[in-house]
Amino acid sequence: MSDIEKIRADFPILSVKVNGNPLVYFDNAATTQKPRQVIDAISYYYSNFNANVHRGVHKLSQQATDAFEIVRKQIATFINAQSPTEIIYTRGTTEAINLVAFSFFETFIKEGDEIIVSALDHHSNLVPWQMACARKKAVLKVIPVTIVGELDMQAFQKLLAPNTRLVAVSHVSNTLGTINPLKEIVKLAHANNTAVFVDGAQGMSHGKVDVQDIGCDFYAFSGHKMYAPMGIGCLYGKTEWLEKMNPYQYGGEMIQKVSFECTTFNELPYKFEAGTPNVADVVGLGAALKYIEHLGWEFIEKQETQLLNYLMEKLSKINGIQFIGTSKNKAAIVSFNIEGIHYFDAGTILDHMGIAVRTGSHCTQPLMDVFHIEGTIRASMAFYNTVEEIDKLIKGVEKVKQLFG
Amino acid sequence: MTIQESADKLVNEFSQFDDWMDKYNYLIEMGKSIPTIDEKEKVDSNLISGCQSRVWLSSEYKDGKIYFKADSDAVITKGIANLLIRVFSGHTPKEITDADTDFLDKIGLKEHLSPTRSNGLLSMIKQIKMYAYAYSLKGNS
Repeated sequence: MSDIEKIRADFPILSVKVNGNPLVYFDNAATTQKPRQVIDAISYYYSNFNANVHRGVHKLSQQATDAFEIVRKQIATFINAQSPTEIIYTRGTTEAINLVAFSFFETFIKEGDEIIVSALDHHSNLVPWQMACARKKAVLKVIPVTIVGELDMQAFQKLLAPNTRLVAVSHVSNTLGTINPLKEIVKLAHANNTAVFVDGAQGMSHGKVDVQDIGCDFYAFSGHKMYAPMGIGCLYGKTEWLEKMNPYQYGGEMIQKVSFECTTFNELPYKFEAGTPNVADVVGLGAALKYIEHLGWEFIEKQETQLLNYLMEKLSKINGIQFIGTSKNKAAIVSFNIEGIHYFDAGTILDHMGIAVRTGSHCTQPLMDVFHIEGTIRASMAFYNTVEEIDKLIKGVEKVKQLFG
Repeated sequence: MTIQESADKLVNEFSQFDDWMDKYNYLIEMGKSIPTIDEKEKVDSNLISGCQSRVWLSSEYKDGKIYFKADSDAVITKGIANLLIRVFSGHTPKEITDADTDFLDKIGLKEHLSPTRSNGLLSMIKQIKMYAYAYSLKGNS
């Protein structure tokens, strides 16, 4: 068995058949598949030490709490946070964004202040800020994108005003694959006393993330886009910010002392974690991080770069392929259209051939407007994909052209 | 031909295809022969939600019967719209509101279409039924 075959064997779903064909899964930007190590970890948790965390003196509760807190440390190390108390568990990136859009705004934003977002971001990294701005009568500014699908950094510099309080950008564009120049953004923003929030939903699975090296004030990600279960994610925030911010939701665990007159809140990170947390999926996330570390970023990056280059090369040999997003600094996400053929017709035929791609606007409608299109076909790859699978996609695209051309 | 007869005829036509590709080829052909609506009718009020591709459906009420026209920017969607038009167009509001839609299952469209597409299909049927219901109220007044 080759290395890649061994890795594929870790992912049970990769051997299912779809419409009678072996599954070719190219929708990894929507969610990645889970290795059996992750699936087993969840099962083991429920079979052996399921209990509510932090509350019990009994053995199981302590075991569950230990596992829960060990993963917090693991995450802190994984992204190089200064302390595990800077790691807040959320349901996913979207919840993390909503948390900051509420708590940061309540504490730091006043009428007339400005917030900067980008034209290539997911609706999840736009709408919460838009709503928060409406609530606080703040002004939302947008960094435009260039024709190759990169942030217009000159325009960004001009947008930074004395009252710009926050820049919210993604690490990697979910539609175009563009890897944004975070360090440069942080440098410019911090020189302007502006905080930086990074939507890392697509950033975490493609390469090492070091939040201290990036220098960002917040970084959010979802477990399910990095081989972990759905329903668990994380907000990293610098202690200095988190300490000043008020809780986003209220309830159990996040309180310190309650009377009918007043309530004092627990310390970090618990003050942001109301209610019974998703312990099983935290355990699953821990297993996913271990799995990634076991493979190593060097392998993952090499494999994904090879796949990206191969797909781009093969697709560009087909007449009438229009790429959307051709930044040199690109993750293994490829958006394209076939001239004269609707992406939905293409997606339907590809599905019949067992090939899972995503079609549509990918929750980035304003970005589609920039390129004057309604949507794209998006193939997003992971380290477990193969060149043989890309060959099948290419055959599929040729079949689509033959049917609709 | 009654709605049921048109539906049976379609089921029969589709039953000749063993291969999904042939089925799609036929749908694509049907898409090409759709009674398309005028550009000026491609307005938001004729746009059907729930489809990944844009579908416009317009209706005309003449001599107690409803006539449908449709268009879409995707060919397969156009084919599906035309299939519904073949079954439902030219019937009275009551015939349309009373009609069964189980022929879509028999054609094997539901199982062969992706979930979002399926929703689009259901939205189209819902819209056709809504038109019929609206015209039936008009007819009674």
